[in-house]
Amino acid sequence: MTETRKVAVVAGNRIPFARQDKTYRHSSNSDMLTAALNGLVDRAGLGGQEVGEVVAGAVLKHARDWNMVREVVLGSKLAATTPAFDIQQACGTGLEAAILVGNKIALGQIDAGIAGGVDTASDAPVAVNDHLRNVLLDLNRAKTYPDRLKVLARVRPKDVVPEIPRNAEPRTGKSMGDHAALTALEWGITREAQDELAYNSHINLAKSYDRGFQNDLITPYLGLEKDQNLRPDTSLEKLAQLRTVYGKGETATMTAGNSTPLTDGASTVLLSTDEWARERGLRPLAYLTHSQTAAVDYVKGAEGLLMAPAYAVPRMLARAGLTLQDFDYYEIHEAFASQVLSTLKAWEDPIFCKERLGLDAPLGEIDRDKLNVNGSSLAAGHPFAATGGRIVAALAKQLDENGGGRGLISICAAGGQGVVAILEK
Amino acid sequence: MTDRYQTFTRTPLGQTLVKNLGLPDPTPLQRWVEGSPVIDGPVVFGAIGETDAGKAIQALLRDIGASFSTATEGVASIGIRPKALVFDATGAATTAELTSLQRFFSPVIRQLAAAGRVIVVGRTPELATSTEQHVAQRALEGFTRSLGKEVKRGATVNLVYVAPDAHEQLDSTLRFFLSPKSAYVDGQVARIGTGPLVSNDPTKPLAGRAALVTGAARGIGASIAETLARDGATIIGVDVPQNADPLRKVMTRLGGSELLLDVTAVDAPQRIAAHAQEQHGGLDIVVHNAGITRDKRLANMRTDAWDAVLDVNLRAPERITHHLLDSKALKDGGSIIGVSSMAGIAGNNGQTNYATSKAGVIGLIQALAPKLAERNIRINAVAPGFIETEMTAKIPFTIREVGRRINSLQQGGLPIDVAETIAWFADPASAGVTGNVVRVCGQSMLGA
Repeated sequence: MTETRKVAVVAGNRIPFARQDKTYRHSSNSDMLTAALNGLVDRAGLGGQEVGEVVAGAVLKHARDWNMVREVVLGSKLAATTPAFDIQQACGTGLEAAILVGNKIALGQIDAGIAGGVDTASDAPVAVNDHLRNVLLDLNRAKTYPDRLKVLARVRPKDVVPEIPRNAEPRTGKSMGDHAALTALEWGITREAQDELAYNSHINLAKSYDRGFQNDLITPYLGLEKDQNLRPDTSLEKLAQLRTVYGKGETATMTAGNSTPLTDGASTVLLSTDEWARERGLRPLAYLTHSQTAAVDYVKGAEGLLMAPAYAVPRMLARAGLTLQDFDYYEIHEAFASQVLSTLKAWEDPIFCKERLGLDAPLGEIDRDKLNVNGSSLAAGHPFAATGGRIVAALAKQLDENGGGRGLISICAAGGQGVVAILEK
Repeated sequence: MTDRYQTFTRTPLGQTLVKNLGLPDPTPLQRWVEGSPVIDGPVVFGAIGETDAGKAIQALLRDIGASFSTATEGVASIGIRPKALVFDATGAATTAELTSLQRFFSPVIRQLAAAGRVIVVGRTPELATSTEQHVAQRALEGFTRSLGKEVKRGATVNLVYVAPDAHEQLDSTLRFFLSPKSAYVDGQVARIGTGPLVSNDPTKPLAGRAALVTGAARGIGASIAETLARDGATIIGVDVPQNADPLRKVMTRLGGSELLLDVTAVDAPQRIAAHAQEQHGGLDIVVHNAGITRDKRLANMRTDAWDAVLDVNLRAPERITHHLLDSKALKDGGSIIGVSSMAGIAGNNGQTNYATSKAGVIGLIQALAPKLAERNIRINAVAPGFIETEMTAKIPFTIREVGRRINSLQQGGLPIDVAETIAWFADPASAGVTGNVVRVCGQSMLGA
């Protein structure tokens, strides 16, 4: 085997994220991913060129989109000879796509590749229910008219009720927010702390727009220039007034303000070797150096659904020979403010770190001023598969702007999974 | 949960039907109310000779201000309705002396007041000094268990075995069995051994003690928390995050601290110990109340249903107990109380997982009791029978009716009955009470 090569993050592009059923309500996953990809191609000057591979995915996907990413490539400004494939790891999809492309580059299988993700909560794949689906399939199998009539006679009024994808865990029936609310209670995360995190997210994202940080990370789409969910004028007072949406009674702390809303959007990231970038007049913003996934058994309730990153990060740190404090930036995806705060609290907790992580000492505190410095999902929104690309591109740019440094990415995902990575320059 | 049948039997029409058709006639049980005396009626005391136990019993009766008369036999002529009949049988050295039981009880048993108490005190048979004494003392159990089925109108019959030289430990146990606190404890045997003498205020026996109660948010657990708090304890209420809101309500009322966690979590024992030591300087009382059911016949049993029940009901109490003991978070002189079940003793159709876990709890108590004696830590269990809770309210009507009636008291118990029994175990004055599994079942016919 050849030696592994450095994996550079060269450029990123996304479309602004829109709230569910708003500006992008009639846009499909393919439409949005194509827009984000074409913007990246334009920015990097790759029009008509072939790249090693395009890897992307969507969490909520129509059955007809079985080969979505390749179809998007065919409809994009990239050369039609660019291979592509779809992946899905829930909210970890975008980051996992970057890891896959990075691995191929590191192994010398490709010199450059594009990772991405897209999701729409508006153009959701509504399906016929199982009973009607079976009837329709049987109808297709029936050979004679009498047989077909017999099959059709099985259609019942309830068959008009479609199956709509739910934001719920198949094995517990509980929504992600309900799961997060339980974890928040277990860790004693207060409403005030969550609102403060949400407030900082909005303020930091707004500031990043103001200073032009987002200019070369975003291509406007359908007239939208900024993330629709962003509330630059929000305040702790306003956030404190919102009623709780997850949990029950006086112990409930999670509101629409400190939980991410359903959103539509797409993101892409260009990764390559140093050499490939240099040949095209591009330059590395940062390098993808480590990554890790982990999963927890949340079904029995012994661990919180969204706590897997708390396990993935220490494993990655051990491999990288780093401590939690060896970072200049922390990008912890804000699925819910309580998720971020529970994770941070767990890392500070000696019992959690000893008994659940098997560590001799807790990972310790992080400098909160280094957390999500350009805002995160609470402000930007979270089109599931698009979040990884948003974070990788923004963190790479931030590291570049800083003249170097190290950043940690942590993303929790449905099914009790976590995907984490390190960018360095 | 109201017992509609019982309510109906209290009406004139109900009374007529019950009498003429020979239907079950469940007398509403008397429960203890704060501030009321241990016993609110006359006591008749009988004995086989003069013994240390007998002296201790009479001293206690004087102590609690009970009006009592002593008689060896033939008290019918006294012309009173005794609220309790207490018989000291520790003096029975041979089976010949058992005749005293019949001579004492036969004339007076019919006179026993409603919600009356019969307590027979014997000598622990295994510690007898002769074979004859062992036989005579062991015979007492057949007597009390049968008499329990004969007495009517909410009366109970219990047997207390006291070890030699342990008569000074009788106090808290007799108080419990005499009072309405033992309303649903019937046909049971309690064993008292030696231990340090603890004198405390019987109205606030748990003052200054910290008590951990798992599953404290609702049902029996909430009642346990309230009862221990009533007796002066500071409560640490544990429940799963799903029950955060009801737990907060209970703990706000009781003024204790709450700890949200799943007792099966890998770090639950450490978390409980850390919380107890940081916020309360350690624990005096641990009540392993948290429990679940996932009923299915074994042929249809799913792995996760089996595992979940064993994990919550047995493995968690085991792990938590061991850690609290090893880390010394449970102080010397403390009390551990497990919650077993009638099913753990008698077995139950569709509950192989549950009964296994609850029988395991008995094993934990029996295995640890002798080992913990040197630290003066006591470990006991209650085994509830049919207790009226949200859980039993969901049982189908006919099964529920049968479950309620097939016991000597012909009714279901209340969470408070379980809680009072636990409070008796928790009382530091019960220093001689360890290794006991006491059923709170109204003398159920199952597994008796």
